[in-house]
Amino acid sequence: MSQIATIAHNGLWKQNPVLGQMLGLCSLLAISTTTVNAVSLGLATILVMGLSNLIVSALRGFIPYEIRIPVFILIIAALVTVVDMAMNAWLHDLYLVLGIFIPLIVVNCIVLARVEAFAAKNSVAASTWDGVMMGIGFVWVIGLLGAIRELVGQGTLFSGIEMIIPTATAIQVLSADYPGFLVAILPPGAFFVLGLLVAARNWLDWRANQRILAQRTLQPAPAAAGQS
Amino acid sequence: MSETVPHDPPAAAAPLAVPSDPASSVSRISARTAVILLLFTLVFTALMASIYQLTLPVLQQTAAEGKRRMIAEVLPPDAYDNDLLTDIAALPPVKALGLDESTTLYRARKDGKPVALVFEAMATDGYSGRIGLLLAVSADGRLLAVRVTQHKETPGLGDYIDPKKDKNKQQPWIKQFDGLGFDSVLGKKWRVRKDGGIIDQRAGATISARAVTNSSGRALLWAHERSARLFALPTRSQWKEATP
Repeated sequence: MSQIATIAHNGLWKQNPVLGQMLGLCSLLAISTTTVNAVSLGLATILVMGLSNLIVSALRGFIPYEIRIPVFILIIAALVTVVDMAMNAWLHDLYLVLGIFIPLIVVNCIVLARVEAFAAKNSVAASTWDGVMMGIGFVWVIGLLGAIRELVGQGTLFSGIEMIIPTATAIQVLSADYPGFLVAILPPGAFFVLGLLVAARNWLDWRANQRILAQRTLQPAPAAAGQS
Repeated sequence: MSETVPHDPPAAAAPLAVPSDPASSVSRISARTAVILLLFTLVFTALMASIYQLTLPVLQQTAAEGKRRMIAEVLPPDAYDNDLLTDIAALPPVKALGLDESTTLYRARKDGKPVALVFEAMATDGYSGRIGLLLAVSADGRLLAVRVTQHKETPGLGDYIDPKKDKNKQQPWIKQFDGLGFDSVLGKKWRVRKDGGIIDQRAGATISARAVTNSSGRALLWAHERSARLFALPTRSQWKEATP
């Protein structure tokens, strides 16, 4: 696999920030009550991760090794503040919902982890790609988590979409008199659903490994049959 | 501030450390590191400051729009033609309004004539916590409309005082106050039905309705008695509640 594909595969699946590395769970669990909230925070995270990887890899020649962590944190915090202010100005309704979680991107360890583990050692293009792919890996998991919790918890999908697209409305998936399942919305529900997602991923990986193993054991068999 | 602190000791130590070679290289490296850290801090602070300056006008506009939207709930924008957000006066914490902090009084006028006063009140005797109210009182002493701006009443029970939560969308509970004045509702009748008044309450949650009813009645009376003086206040001046 080329480097581009490897980075994408790592971010989206193999080293997925949530399912693989189990990083950034604080904001993940807190904000994934609805699809819209989850995806919005995820998109802001993609932006911050892409930009911080870009800037750190571009400046990596100027950052002394001894003070790299303070400088990384400085860069990430500055970027998050910029995203925070921009969102407050141009996406105000959404900001009212996500407001307190945006600054938390600073302490989302996945951002610092990618900066330290990847951007500090790789080229600008590869680092930006890695940041964006890790961000997308984060967003699809948090989006799926938000969708499941919203569907089970209140029977809708995309509620609150009017905060982003004023003309759109939420989709009522289950019947309108669905009583709701509060646990799914509450923090324990986040842990349950995340646990199930991790289990599903592990099962898929296990099945893929089984298939590879089966192929390896099958291949010598015809050869052996030919000899006899 | 603390970022600049590491910069000082190496600079001061440098002349002392000249004779011994390793020490001087250590201090040189520390000085260099400190300067780099300082530079990074300066550059990124400048970035944040410029974005802040860029978003500031938008933020102020959003805040003004939010206020305007809230006021439009109680007073239609075509009822007045002055700039409501600048024709203001400061209200001290007035007891009759249940307030414990200063608020703003907005004065609507049309062709220079007083139309309505828009101000906040607080009901302190709700079922759980305070109920914030925004009222528009016309110059002739009618309650044009009242809206609940914040409350913590029981969801599904007492929260019908907020029209957004009211299950009866055609005839939200709070709308029955629209246009009421003491000329049609005599003082003692400004009560919920349970207390012998004419305001309907919903079964099972009288306390929330009573709190809003009594508080808005008190606020209306307060504004009505002072209407002329409130309209005459110079712009951006402070109202002084006379103690009789």
